[in-house]
Amino acid sequence: MAAEGGGHSPIEQFAIKVVQPLKLFGYDASITNATLFMLLAVALIVGFFFVATRNPGRVPGRLQGAAEAIYEFIASTVRDNLDDGKDGRKYLPLVFSLFMFVLVANMLGMIPGFFTVTSHIIVTAALALLVISVVIIGGFMRHGIGFLKLFAPSGVPGWLMPILIPIEVISFVSRPISLSVRLFANMLAGHIALKIFAGFVGALLGAAGIAKLMAPLPLALTTALTALEFLVAFLQAYVFAVLTCVYLSDAVHGAH
Amino acid sequence: MDPVVGKYIGAGLACLGMAGAGIGLGNLFGQFLSGALRNPSAADSQRGTLLLGFALTEALGIFSLLVALLLLFVV
Repeated sequence: MAAEGGGHSPIEQFAIKVVQPLKLFGYDASITNATLFMLLAVALIVGFFFVATRNPGRVPGRLQGAAEAIYEFIASTVRDNLDDGKDGRKYLPLVFSLFMFVLVANMLGMIPGFFTVTSHIIVTAALALLVISVVIIGGFMRHGIGFLKLFAPSGVPGWLMPILIPIEVISFVSRPISLSVRLFANMLAGHIALKIFAGFVGALLGAAGIAKLMAPLPLALTTALTALEFLVAFLQAYVFAVLTCVYLSDAVHGAH
Repeated sequence: MDPVVGKYIGAGLACLGMAGAGIGLGNLFGQFLSGALRNPSAADSQRGTLLLGFALTEALGIFSLLVALLLLFVV
């Protein structure tokens, strides 16, 4: 295929390579490139906030200002979507960590040659399962068995319940699926599309005659796509955080 | 019929799903623009909602693109 210029498949970039084989209690716990980039993401986040908040001043410096801007951005998102008045605020650390991890992992993936951990569904599924577990556990801890009223909206005639309850249950169960697939699909499709259009440049340059002159066209498109991917990388992290807030508001508010 | 042919036909069919995302995105930005032109002072505060809707809608188109790409390069 023309897109696979030089025999490289566009999905080669997602291959997981074992860096350091490791057996732990009979399980395969090898250090892979995915592990390394997740650790790098966490190290970058922790390092940045450690340095930025080391000497907090009343008048914030540049780094402290950046850290405060990020914090305020997520805090206002949580305020708007999760209701600040009651218990909502105790979920802020969770939402903040999820947002920062997804954002930094997405952005690291945009550096050419770097590995995108969020393009693997196992990573996003683990994050989504964490969110939904917190919703279920937090909901039962706050409302007890009354949390189940979430599946039976009030003010609905009784004969409608046999239809409505399965629908509500299905919509609840599909939440972690859609949450994880949305992030993973965006990252995977975006990076494949970038590779394919970049492959067109090489294929056209290798072509004979007048076709060589067309090579700048896919190059321009690749540049535009890269800009779009940066937007998508940020937006998907933001969407992940907002949807986490929306789902958590079920745990905080209970039945609607 | 060669199974490879079916793979490519399937990839082409999967891309039809992006038409829905296209309609959705057109609706989204068109409605935002008409609302924003009626009341420009309220437009700025709704830009976050616009981007959220953009990301949610675009993700659905990405799903079908993903099916097409997986058919082409993975299956």
